[in-house]
Amino acid sequence: MMPYATTPGGWMLVLALMLPVVGMLGIFALGLRHAERIAHATLLAGLAVALAIAVEVGRSGQAVTYLIGGWRPPLGIALQADGLSAVLMVMTSVILCSVGVFARGSFSSPPDGAEVRRPFVFWTLLLGLWSALNTVWLAQDLFSLFVALELLTFSAVPLVCLDGSRDTLRAALRYLLFALAGSVFYLMGTGLIYGAYGTMDIASLHQVARADWATSVALGLMIVGLMAKAALFPLHLWLPPAHAGAPAAASAVLSALVVKAPFILILRLWFDVAPQPLPAAAGAMLAGLGAASILFCSIMALRQARLKLMIAYSTVAQVGYLFLVFPLVMGSAAEMPWDSVGWTGGVLQLVSHAFAKAAMFLAAGLIAEALGHDRIADLGGAAKGVPVTVAAFALAGLSLMGLPPAGGFISKLMLLTAAVETANWWIAATILAGGILAATYVFRVVGSALAQPRAGLVMKAVPLNRELAVLTLALIAVALGFLPLQPLDYLGIGRGGMP
Amino acid sequence: MSLAVDLVMVLLILTAAVWTILARDRRDAVIAFIVLGLLLSLVWMRLLAVDVALTEAAVGGGATGLVLLRACARLLPVEADGALPGLRLQVAVGVLCAVVGACLAAVILSPPEPAPSLAPAVAAHMEDVGLKNPVTVVLLAYRALDTLLEKVVLVLGLIGVWALAPDLFWGGRPASLRAAVPSGTLTFLARVLPPIGVLIGIYLVWNGADHPGGTFQGGTVLAAMWLLVMMADLGDPPETRALRLRRLVAVGPALFIAVGLAGFGMADGFLSYPPGYAKPIIVAVEVALALSIAVILGLMVAGPAAKEPDQ
Repeated sequence: MMPYATTPGGWMLVLALMLPVVGMLGIFALGLRHAERIAHATLLAGLAVALAIAVEVGRSGQAVTYLIGGWRPPLGIALQADGLSAVLMVMTSVILCSVGVFARGSFSSPPDGAEVRRPFVFWTLLLGLWSALNTVWLAQDLFSLFVALELLTFSAVPLVCLDGSRDTLRAALRYLLFALAGSVFYLMGTGLIYGAYGTMDIASLHQVARADWATSVALGLMIVGLMAKAALFPLHLWLPPAHAGAPAAASAVLSALVVKAPFILILRLWFDVAPQPLPAAAGAMLAGLGAASILFCSIMALRQARLKLMIAYSTVAQVGYLFLVFPLVMGSAAEMPWDSVGWTGGVLQLVSHAFAKAAMFLAAGLIAEALGHDRIADLGGAAKGVPVTVAAFALAGLSLMGLPPAGGFISKLMLLTAAVETANWWIAATILAGGILAATYVFRVVGSALAQPRAGLVMKAVPLNRELAVLTLALIAVALGFLPLQPLDYLGIGRGGMP
Repeated sequence: MSLAVDLVMVLLILTAAVWTILARDRRDAVIAFIVLGLLLSLVWMRLLAVDVALTEAAVGGGATGLVLLRACARLLPVEADGALPGLRLQVAVGVLCAVVGACLAAVILSPPEPAPSLAPAVAAHMEDVGLKNPVTVVLLAYRALDTLLEKVVLVLGLIGVWALAPDLFWGGRPASLRAAVPSGTLTFLARVLPPIGVLIGIYLVWNGADHPGGTFQGGTVLAAMWLLVMMADLGDPPETRALRLRRLVAVGPALFIAVGLAGFGMADGFLSYPPGYAKPIIVAVEVALALSIAVILGLMVAGPAAKEPDQ
C-alpha cells in the first residue's frame, strides 16, 4: 500500500468540506437577509472546487489526498478523492446548484427583510447536507464517516417536515428513528473494529482485516445499519412518506443524493474493508433484498394516486438496483472491482438515477405548482401549461426504465451483462421486470399529463428558469447514455493503490 | 474486594436498565434512565476514563434527562394516548436486542491479545503538541476534523429543533422553563449555585488541556447553570432571532475553522498549529467552543420558539 501523503491540490478537499459549513454558519449568524446571496455564492464556489478536484484527479491520474493537520493515519485523518469520489462530488454539486436555482422560487426571503422559518431552515440545512455528503465521499476513516452520517441525518430530517403539517412531522419522526437506529448499529460495528484492529483507517484495515467472527459481526452490524439508512427492503418503510412529504426541492436532494451516501459506505465496507473473498451467500442476500425492493416497490409505485408518492416508491426500487452489484462482482473480480462491468454498472446506475430522480421530483413540484395538486389521474393539461417540465419528466423517466438513449440504459445493460456473465439468471430477470414496471408507471404519468385539460382549468404560470433547471438535470441523465459500455478508466483512478 | 464492588455496580446497572424498560409510567422510565447514566459514569471512573465519565454524567445523565423530562411533561399519560406497541412488536424488538447483545458479548468476551491500540502512538507525539491530556490531544489535534464537524452537527441539531416552531412564532422566545410549582428551594439554588457552577465550568475548560475535563464537560456545566436560572424564573429564554445569540452559537465552530484555515499560512496546513503556539491556540478554541456548546445545549432544552417575537 502506498502510504498517505498530501498531494498537490489536496487543500481543495478541505475547501470542499469547509465552504458549505462556512456558508451555513454565515446564514445562521447574519440572518435571513443575506441567506440567498450567501447560499448561491457558496453553491457556485463549491461547484468550482468540485470541478477543479475532478480535473486534478484526471490530470494527475492518481487520488488527490490531504492529511488533516499533517497527521498520518491511523493517528490522524486523511481525506482522499479518487475517481469515484470525484464523480460523486461533481454529481452532488451540479444537482445542488440546479436545486438552488429551482428553490429561488419557493424559498426566497420576503421583500421586507423579516426572517421567516422555511427559507432559513432550507438554505442552512441544504448547505449542511452538502458538507455531510462531501465528507462521506472524501473521508477515509470509519469514525469520520460516522460523524458524516450524523451531519447527514440532522440536515435531512428537518427538511422532511419543513411544511410543518401533522403528516410530515410523523414522517420525519419515523425517518429519524430509522436513521438513528442505523447510526447506533454503525457505531457498534465501528467500536468492534477499533477493538479488533486498533485502527479505523480504511486503507490500513484493508491490509489487516481477517476473516474472523469479530470482523463478521462488526461488518454485519454496520451494513444492517446502513441498509436502514439506504431504505433497502424491508427497511424502506420510512422513505415514501418522508420523501413525498418534503417540499419538492428537498425531496429531490433526499432521493437523489442522501440515500446514496449509506450505499457508498456499504460499497466501501464490502470492497475496501472486508477480507476477500466474501461468502457468496452474503452477496446473494443483499442482492435478494435489492431485487425485492425493485419488484415490490415498483408495484407499489404503480398503485399510488399521488405523483410524489409514486416517485418516492420509485426511489426505493431504483436504489434496489445498486444492491445487485454484490454477487455480480465476486471472486477474482472483487480484487479490482472497478475493472468489472458489474461494479461500473452499479456506479453509473447511482449517478444516472441521481440526475433523473432530482429532475423528476423538481418536475413534480412544478407540475403541482402549476395545477395546484399532484393527483396522477387529473394531470390533464400539464403538457400544455408546463411543456418543458413534462418533457424533462419524460426524459428522466427514460433513464428509470433503462431505455436508450439514457444513463439508466447503459447502467442497467451493464448490470444485465454482468448478471448473464456470472450466470445469475434471477438477477437478469429482475432487471428486465423492473424496467417493464418502471415503463408502466412513468407512461401512466406522461399519458395523463398529455391528456386534454378538463374544462375551466386555470393553470399558474411557472418561471422559465426553474423549468430549465429541471430540464438540465434530465438532459444530463440522458447524456450519460452516451458513455461507452465498458469499465471507465476514470472511475479506477486512485483505487490501484489498494492491492 | 474490588470484585465485590464491580459486581454490585453490574447489578445496579442491570436493575436500572430493566427498570427503564419495564416502568409503566414515562416519568419513571426517564428517571431510571438518568440513574442509569449516572451509574455508567461511575463505571467509566472505575475504568479510569475520567473524561468519558464527566461527559456521560453531564450529557447522558444531565442534559438528555432534562430534555426527556420536559418531553414527558408535554405528552399525554401512556394509558390515555394508547400508543403502547403491540405484543408482536415488543417480542420482535426483544429478539433483535437479544441477538445483537449476544453477538456483541461473544466478540467482547474474546478480545485479541494483546489488545491493539493507538495509545502508544498518541503518547509518542504528545510533546509535539505540548498538552498533557491525551484525550484533548486526540480531540483537538490528531482528530480535530471530527471534533469540528461534531460541533457543526450541534448547530444543525439546533436548527432542526427551531424548525419545529410554527411560522407565526419564528424568531420568538421558546416556552418558559419555569417549574409548574414555584419552589423556594429552586429559587434559592438558582441564586446561589451559578457563580460556583460557572467557576467549575471555566475550570473544566481551562484545565482540559492538561487534565481531565474539556469543552463538552465545561460547556454542559455552564448550560446547566443557565437552565437553572431559567427554571427558577429568574430569566426568560432569549428570542431565537437575536443575532447576538446566533453569533454566540456560531463563534466556537467559526473560530475553529478560522484557526484551521490559518494553518495554511502559519503552519503545516489545515488544522495544524504553529510549533510552540499550539497550547494557547487550542485553549482559545476550547473556550469559544465551550461557550457555543453551553448556548446550544441551553437553547436545545428550551426548545423551538413558542411565542410571537416582540414588536
